[in-house]
Amino acid sequence: MDNCTAIKGGAAQSIPHDSAAKHVTGQARYIDDLPHPPGLLHLQPGLSSRAHARIKTLDLAAVRAAPGVVCVLTAKDIPGTNDVSPTGTGDDPVFADGEVVYAGQAVFAVAAETLAQARHAASLAVIAYEDLPAILTLDEALAAETDLEPPQIMARGDADAAIKRAPHRISGRVHIGGQEHFYLEGQAAQCLPGEDGDLIVHSSTQHPSEVQSLIAHMLNKTAKDVTVQVRRMGGGFGGKETQAAGIAAMVALACHKTGRPARLVLDRDDDMVLTGKRHDFVIGYEAGFDDAGRLAGVVFEQAARCGASMDLSAAINDRAMFHADNAYYLPNVFIRSRRLRTNTVSNTAFRGFGGPQGMMGIEHLMDAIARHLGKDPLSVRRANLYGGDGRDVTPYGQRVTDNIAPELMAELAERADYAGRREAIATFNAQNEHVKRGLALTPVKFGISFTTGFLNQAGALVHVYADGSVHLNHGGTEMGQGLFTKVAQVVASVFCIDLSHIKITATDTGKVPNTSATAASSGSDLNGMAAYNAARTIRGRLAEFAAREAGCDAKDVVFTAGRVLAGRRDWSFAELVRAAYLARISLSSTGFYATPDIHYDREAHQGRPFYYFAYGAALSEVEVDGLTGESRVRRVDILHDVGKSLNPAIDLGQIEGGFVQGMGWLTSEELVYDAGGHLRTHAPSTYKIPACGDRPAVFNVRIFARGENTEPTIHRSKAVGEPPLMLAISVFSAIGDAIASFGGGRTWPDLHAPATPENILRAITLLKGESW
Amino acid sequence: MTRDTVQFWLNGEAVSVHNPDPVQTVLNWLRQERALTGSKEGCAEGDCGACTIVVGDPEAPEGVPPWRAINACIAFLPTLDGKAVMTVEGLARSGELHPVQRALVAHHGSQCGFCTPGFVMSLYAHYRNGGALDDDTLNDVLAGNLCRCTGYAPIIRAAKAMKDYPPIEEIPLPRPERAPMLALDHADPARGGRRRYFAPRTVDDLARLCLQHKSAVLLSGGTDVGLWVTKQHRDLPVLIDTGRVAGLAAIERRRDGLHIGAGARYADAGAALGTLHPMLGELLRRIGSVQVRNAGTIGGNIANGSPIGDMPPPLIALGAQLILRKGGVRRRIPLEAFFLAYGKQDRAPGEFVEAVFVPAPGPDTRFAVYKVSKRFDQDISALCGAFAVTLKDGAVATTRLAYGGMAAVPKRAERAEAALMGQTWDEAAVRRAMQALKEDFTPLDDMRASAAYRMTCAQNLLYKFWLGEQAPYLARQVRHG
Repeated sequence: MDNCTAIKGGAAQSIPHDSAAKHVTGQARYIDDLPHPPGLLHLQPGLSSRAHARIKTLDLAAVRAAPGVVCVLTAKDIPGTNDVSPTGTGDDPVFADGEVVYAGQAVFAVAAETLAQARHAASLAVIAYEDLPAILTLDEALAAETDLEPPQIMARGDADAAIKRAPHRISGRVHIGGQEHFYLEGQAAQCLPGEDGDLIVHSSTQHPSEVQSLIAHMLNKTAKDVTVQVRRMGGGFGGKETQAAGIAAMVALACHKTGRPARLVLDRDDDMVLTGKRHDFVIGYEAGFDDAGRLAGVVFEQAARCGASMDLSAAINDRAMFHADNAYYLPNVFIRSRRLRTNTVSNTAFRGFGGPQGMMGIEHLMDAIARHLGKDPLSVRRANLYGGDGRDVTPYGQRVTDNIAPELMAELAERADYAGRREAIATFNAQNEHVKRGLALTPVKFGISFTTGFLNQAGALVHVYADGSVHLNHGGTEMGQGLFTKVAQVVASVFCIDLSHIKITATDTGKVPNTSATAASSGSDLNGMAAYNAARTIRGRLAEFAAREAGCDAKDVVFTAGRVLAGRRDWSFAELVRAAYLARISLSSTGFYATPDIHYDREAHQGRPFYYFAYGAALSEVEVDGLTGESRVRRVDILHDVGKSLNPAIDLGQIEGGFVQGMGWLTSEELVYDAGGHLRTHAPSTYKIPACGDRPAVFNVRIFARGENTEPTIHRSKAVGEPPLMLAISVFSAIGDAIASFGGGRTWPDLHAPATPENILRAITLLKGESW
Repeated sequence: MTRDTVQFWLNGEAVSVHNPDPVQTVLNWLRQERALTGSKEGCAEGDCGACTIVVGDPEAPEGVPPWRAINACIAFLPTLDGKAVMTVEGLARSGELHPVQRALVAHHGSQCGFCTPGFVMSLYAHYRNGGALDDDTLNDVLAGNLCRCTGYAPIIRAAKAMKDYPPIEEIPLPRPERAPMLALDHADPARGGRRRYFAPRTVDDLARLCLQHKSAVLLSGGTDVGLWVTKQHRDLPVLIDTGRVAGLAAIERRRDGLHIGAGARYADAGAALGTLHPMLGELLRRIGSVQVRNAGTIGGNIANGSPIGDMPPPLIALGAQLILRKGGVRRRIPLEAFFLAYGKQDRAPGEFVEAVFVPAPGPDTRFAVYKVSKRFDQDISALCGAFAVTLKDGAVATTRLAYGGMAAVPKRAERAEAALMGQTWDEAAVRRAMQALKEDFTPLDDMRASAAYRMTCAQNLLYKFWLGEQAPYLARQVRHG
């Protein structure tokens, strides 16, 4: 692979994000920053106040009559399909039609001359509801058996028998809360009218092709009539994979109906009640194991609150099953996964995509085994890692051939002095009655690929202009993760020119069609390789041309630091390009990539769904106040594998940021619904993502120096978007460890995630045998 | 003599806005009227900091930092009158990035970039004021800026490095200009009706205006009132802004305590209160964020009567007295007597809170205040407990136990106090007082905490107090001390 080191901004270099200078000067434009086109309409949706109800009457007369109102949109205004479901399940209407299925669902939208007028008008709607029975909690959904699809089972061997035969047995349950994405830029879209009724949509979406397709269906158009562009998102995290579509659909409908440009930028509170979140889970387990804590058999019962529609819940819950093993070999295993419908907002993709919840189950089990046996939890974890004779096949039948978890854990334990600190903590805890410390080292093994096979494809479009400058486009979207930068570095390396010669351009369905969502951590793997292929095609043509000119063989043409050498000829890149142009050589190419060697039989839940695994390990130390339940993360050490990094600075940012986001999920971020199904934590005043001072006081993050993908990915790099989030399970585990010290016994605490002060105090109280 | 044109400096340029809508937010004005879209709206409630701008006060007294970061999303445009306003667009000089910006680029401090302008501006204010660059200080400086991408680590690395870049020419603070009182009378073409705004310059004018406009809303920092507009979409026909009243923000150190003017901002009162007791200083540090403390006032926090405001419990425990004024008449009441019921305070129409007097705890007084919330920084209390006990010969001679979040108003725990009075200061007495708390309170049950948690925790805080944990172990003094 081309690894041109003499250029500025080639692959593997730690260069800043391509938009960094624009970010810090306020010049980077997000949708709401676009100059107002003449006649721009502003939208405000009207939301359901009921969790489940029939709409008896929808009286919008006052809304229509309000000052500045141009039109009001309801389900009846949709000429085509009133659905933005990503999987064609037909249960995600743009506007509720006759029945609302969660509090916060969009019932209508008003388009007005100003935003203030739109918001004022929307408040004037009079909606009469007839309440219907609402299923709000997981327990209610389990009791009512509201499964969205049949329970899924992934199994190997006879888990029950193995558990029965094992010398030790335990069972337990862990409650895992959901999570709001809290992208700083709320959902946003703008639509401009074109000729022939065409629509040009600017959407803050991770999935422009899907937005294009859904809008086309909604308006009885075809994909060719709708163009979707995304320059950047102000954060996505999975929350703009499917959830952006409804917002974009509203502006498209307004534009279609009025012929005027339309914009909708959701107010934060509306965004938080209207759009989906990470699934909350309850995972029960039963396990049998030997004296070393090594599992003989395990049963996991996973149940997830999916909310009011299917959305991506099937794939998300599949991934919870795929990661029920985390990094551990499960000889006999039975995993049952239930996906429950509730009258709450439809839960959706969120960094990790079910994987984090799946891992929480087995990490809870590892800790419980360690306490049960009175052994150090790290020794139990190590005893269960993949590796050794016949211990290399996952519950879904994929062989683990790239396992570095044991190596990572050993290096981290050594470097961060696990043993010494374990002792110091024991001493501290013996001396302190009301304050305890806890320590945990947990691994992450995360499967890379969309488990829906066809999504593992990407396209790119590269133009080299006659002056030697390069226009780069691909199907991936930029949400802050540095994808555009990394892909541009790849292309710079192919041509061996400085990155400054390459223009990174907005994702555009008119340039690269039929793209997959930028999701599943796959952005660089897929788009990096597609852009590489496009650039290689052009480079090949240039090399042939140069060889012809120089009278040498094309393979002897050398691209080096902005120059091209062939035989006795020596051009600057721009000179060669100019000459090639005059010689009528095509200087534009598409590129395509489809991940090889993956397959999966979803009926049997067997196959090789993942191209490879990404690994990491984290050691967290916490302190817990036994009187209030407050906790602090004192120190975190991370060792994470990114293969051969495309950009170590950007990868480090993903690791640090992913970890802190995961920490928020498991500590301070709590979604609270009231008895009527209304989300009570719908703004940053009540929903608390980590603040600056919450990051670990000592935070040592390292990229695994020997990392290299065993598969031929782009420059042998590995995906990095999601895996680091799950390193934060070490924080939850360490809090459990501290709490367990209040009991002193062999019981792992019944700590619900997130570990808020209240949940911690509850767990301590229960551990002491008192009631809560 | 009044005027109806708001005048200020924007990135060094003089700006006049004639008779604007008084409740137009600074953020909307910047983005919509000036096309300065660098400042972002992330929440419109002053919690995320993406809209942070920096306001320089030409009238700032010696020794007070003149440059202040505030949340533009909940600040009303007229409150900028007389100020020097800096936005993220105004920092670079002819294409050359400001050291704060250079450091953030070099240290990979932005990912999605949406929060970044706010971080730039918070750091810029700190940079211009010459603030310290240690972890604790920076955690405070940035507590009001949420970032969802980076985990903050690279931003802190950048902040520590900003001094390493050569300084560039800064826009200076302009000289103060004396101008008559700002009085606006704005007709709203969209919603109809009029909105009036007054920014009196003297306490006497304030008292007169309050009498003339008895239904007026007093704007005293606006960190709550701002949300009435941005979130509740309430119409506020008459606003009286206390922000420019001379002397109302004064903090006087007296022999027996502190006299704090109602207009004193948290940012300025914090240091003074910290001299009464370090835990009080730490509590102030945990109220809101820098942006909130640069706007919000002690008087506002008391006068709005929230059951979960953080100032009342410790001030009640210390025996603070509230000074109210109506016209020329003043009255003085114990702070706890001000809170009558949820949303109802002992304030007559036309009356306003002028000051609060906080007695200094005596040498025999044990005092502590604890705030418990889901997040340490920039969170609203689930509960707040503040305790003052004086001992005489080992027995409790006086006791004042006050809680926030335990009832519809900030309130003393009278039965628990009774259980302690005259008793030996030992665990048995404290345990009895903890039991008595159950008779004192029916706690709130909401998204911040359940009633059960609040009660258990309220009891445990009293126990913690008895244990003598004068500083919460989790607080940074201990972490780094």
